[in-house]
Amino acid sequence: MELYEYTVHELIEKLEKGEITSETLTKSYFDRIKEKDNKVKAYVSTLEESAMKKAKEIDEKRKAGKPVSKFAGIPIGIKDNMCIEGTKTTCSSKMLENFVSPYNATVIEKLNKEDLVYLGKLNMDEFAMGGSTEHSAFFKTHNPWDLERVPGGSSGGSAAAVSAEMAPWTLGSDTGGSIRQPASLCGVVGLKPTYGLVSRYGLVAFASSLDQIGPITKDVTDSALLLNLIAGHDEKDSTSMDMEKKDYTLSLVNDVKGMKIGLPKEYIGEGINEEVKQAILNVAKKYEELGATVEECSLDVGKYATAVYYIIACAEASSNLGRFDGIRYGYRTEKYDNLKDIYRNSRSEGFGPEVKRRIILGTYVLSSGYYDAYYKKAQKVRTVIKNAYDELFKKYDLLLTPTSPTTAFKIGEKTSNPLEMYLADICTVPVNIGGLPGMSIPCALDSKGLPIGFQLIGKAFDEETIFRAAYTYEQNSNFRENKPTFKGGDN
Amino acid sequence: MVRDDYEVVIGLEVHCELSTKTKIFCSCSTEFGGEPNTHCCPVCMAMPGTLPVLNEKVVEYAVKAGLATNCSIEKNSKNDRKNYFYPDSPKAYQISQFDKPLCYDGHVTIETENGEKEIRIERIHIEEDAGKLNHDEYGRGSFVDLNRAGVPLIEVVSKPDMRSSAEVEAYMRKLKSIFEYIEISDCKMEQGSLRADVNVSVRKKGAKEFGTRTEMKNMNSFRSIVRAIDYEAERQIEEIENGNEIMQETLRWDDISGRTFSMRDKEDAQDYRYFPEPDLVAIKLSDEYIENIRKSLPELPESRKKRYIENYGLTEKAANFAVSSKYYSNLFEEATKICNNPKTVGNMIMSDIARILNEREEEPDSLKFTGKELGELVSLIDKGIISSAIAKKVLEELFNEVKMPSKIIEEKGWVQISDEGAIKEVVMKILENNAQSVADYKAGKDKALGFLVGQAMKETKGKANPQLLNKLFLEELKK
Amino acid sequence: MAISKEEIIHIAKLADLNLSEAEIEKYTKDMQEIIEFANTINNVNTEGMGETIGTNEKVNVLRKDEVVEFGNRDALLQNAPSQDEGMFRIPKVLN
Repeated sequence: MELYEYTVHELIEKLEKGEITSETLTKSYFDRIKEKDNKVKAYVSTLEESAMKKAKEIDEKRKAGKPVSKFAGIPIGIKDNMCIEGTKTTCSSKMLENFVSPYNATVIEKLNKEDLVYLGKLNMDEFAMGGSTEHSAFFKTHNPWDLERVPGGSSGGSAAAVSAEMAPWTLGSDTGGSIRQPASLCGVVGLKPTYGLVSRYGLVAFASSLDQIGPITKDVTDSALLLNLIAGHDEKDSTSMDMEKKDYTLSLVNDVKGMKIGLPKEYIGEGINEEVKQAILNVAKKYEELGATVEECSLDVGKYATAVYYIIACAEASSNLGRFDGIRYGYRTEKYDNLKDIYRNSRSEGFGPEVKRRIILGTYVLSSGYYDAYYKKAQKVRTVIKNAYDELFKKYDLLLTPTSPTTAFKIGEKTSNPLEMYLADICTVPVNIGGLPGMSIPCALDSKGLPIGFQLIGKAFDEETIFRAAYTYEQNSNFRENKPTFKGGDN
Repeated sequence: MVRDDYEVVIGLEVHCELSTKTKIFCSCSTEFGGEPNTHCCPVCMAMPGTLPVLNEKVVEYAVKAGLATNCSIEKNSKNDRKNYFYPDSPKAYQISQFDKPLCYDGHVTIETENGEKEIRIERIHIEEDAGKLNHDEYGRGSFVDLNRAGVPLIEVVSKPDMRSSAEVEAYMRKLKSIFEYIEISDCKMEQGSLRADVNVSVRKKGAKEFGTRTEMKNMNSFRSIVRAIDYEAERQIEEIENGNEIMQETLRWDDISGRTFSMRDKEDAQDYRYFPEPDLVAIKLSDEYIENIRKSLPELPESRKKRYIENYGLTEKAANFAVSSKYYSNLFEEATKICNNPKTVGNMIMSDIARILNEREEEPDSLKFTGKELGELVSLIDKGIISSAIAKKVLEELFNEVKMPSKIIEEKGWVQISDEGAIKEVVMKILENNAQSVADYKAGKDKALGFLVGQAMKETKGKANPQLLNKLFLEELKK
Repeated sequence: MAISKEEIIHIAKLADLNLSEAEIEKYTKDMQEIIEFANTINNVNTEGMGETIGTNEKVNVLRKDEVVEFGNRDALLQNAPSQDEGMFRIPKVLN
């Protein structure tokens, strides 16, 4: 078995036992990247030099018997919207193509403390706006299971890198499904934590009230390990929750007996691909076999979540992206005589079409005369949706839905119709609207050999129940025996 | 002055920089000046991914301002984003407050020609200051310095209750004085830490509707504000009399030419697209929090004035003057404690100190000496060690260099001559040299005594004890 | 009521974007579709409902008033497209 094939919890053991070094481990990933990334195109930039240097330092520390974190020397890939001091953070946008961050995101500070090794920065839809990574200004990322298909998005690079074993684990960000949907389409585990569990400081904002950073991993155990590293209160993020630190690995228990799982009927009905639906029903059956009760329920107002989401997310984005003006950093147009030209031309040339579309939508819903009808109304509907979740969680410990209504679609299939692309988020978006935790766990391959993921939704700050149920499923199934084929797409 | 048949209506938005140590949303220093962009960090430079965290002192100071201006305090407040593109606003939005300002429905009382008048305050909200654009005389461009970006401000919005530039000045001075008393701002207008957007309209006397208003932004001297209002009111009346309509617009006041200019480059009507700031959480204030702040407020001018009249026997005029500035008031109290002569202290502040400040074109906040020096000065007069004429000279000296007055008179040799023998010598000499005046006095011209005393003072360079001088002259003349 | 081209032009101005004629056409059509979809939220009865602003119910997150200087101006200026004497340089603007 090659080193890159192991999970992180396996690698930790090998490092601790001295069976492997961080240097050889890190090198195996860069070799793998060299072998596969010309096809997958997950990385926007790699950090080979600094990574190898860091790996050697850790090995020396270990060899000298100095105290090191058990994660010291473990490589990781980072979505390219999180700031690492002194390195480029591009958000896959021409706007930030050359932007070097002067500071570290809080998640990066936390990983630095544990001496993790950064492999590189991962491709995404520009400013995290999209569900296919086709909106990257640089290049499209390909799905390792079928290179003609999208990896999902916006954290498509992060999911594809784990799937193609070009990183043992990665960080993604999720505003409306951007961790879970690509995890589902790439056959890996993706967790969007409860809003406020992980600091957003240093995550380039898309929609402030929805964005969360989360782990994308090969299995549930690694997900718990990585969440342990990044979760926790941060005084730099006013919306981060001040609560006692938890050890999520304690929830990795192979037992769901007595657990109550709700199955909202709206997500196994119309608009959901038949094979996906069947896979979800199989998961439900499995949980029942394992001793949980699964009951059909309803989240009727969930159907409004996508509209609410696009109104709120785009409104916030239109404001968050105002700072990209070609003055302090970022792309500046060459065509200018006056200040207005700098603003308008830099922004028009620096942003891609999907970003501009969302800025226009967001500006529209906030503009004079429309605020009450759209933004304010959407905030109220958001309350209605949250209340509906509260009601369901009085009865159920978890909700079970598909992560994505379909498996990976072909590159270019949906780019012409933005609304159709938006509707691909119907299963994931309500979770962000409610600020709840949600995890995508791979469960099956469809007839085309493409992964299907199911989503577990938990109560706010109850990641533990999700971990327990996801771990139990994983222990009693065998999806990880499948490996991506890298078929198709000889481009 | 404005024509009798018209009335000017003025409302003010006063911006006041709070004297917190750090900026409103990050831990950078608020210190004025400094090399460009050195009091900056990723947050106030709006680097991608950064987030604001509210400074607790800003809330406290704003509530203080609200309580000191008789406002109600909003217990359930929040921040909002005001979106606009300008290089001094690095995020392209200003974090401000829209529909839930921290303080609302207050008022302050001002003194006018016709007695006291209440000016209503609509709201006080917290927000961040913008950066500064520097311009280059060689035309190479403009330069953005973000040291000031994120310095906390309160914006105090008045109702359109003022009817003359004099009332506006009195209102601004009142706010300045209150904010100085409660120590939430240094209120240095020349550094822009107190400035106002002035909204002016005119209407025929007796009209019910307001006229169309124009706005002059960022005015930061009393003199300019008064001049600008007087000019703008006249201009509007002239326009109306000529049958023209007033355009609602933002004007720029030019101090040199003494007129306002239209800022036509701001073509489109602004649409700030306010919405609740999602990076910050709600501000909920308990009764206890508000009461604690109320209790911590220092004694305010109204109450001090009452006390000065009742306990210290100051005249209404002197008391009003003494409380018109924290610096006067503190000087008064401290000096009185030392010399136990409030009347002389009060008069000295109102006449001599105010006059010298006026001559120097300075405000009371620039006073360098304290009540310690002033108190000793008054004691020296009371003890007969110096005359009040010498006291005035000592005061002038105090403006140049802070030293104890006893030290100053010693160094300058200004100690009053109270030695009877020495004074008698002078008296004899003056009588000898002014036979005519002596004759005049004896012929019943009392004025002649004044002349003789004056001559003796001249002879002693003002150092002779005036009482003693008088006494000895009278004794001699009676002989 | 469908969004007009003129509205898109106005909105683009507010957002400081220059749109080509083709972009205006495309975005007008897209916006019409998306807004029509967004209008479905009007089917939800929200009477008496508060607005959800943040996603959690935290209040009063406040920072102590203590100075921590960042102290690295060069790092803050390193990305500036044009700078001079420690400041960001832009075309001359009237104040």
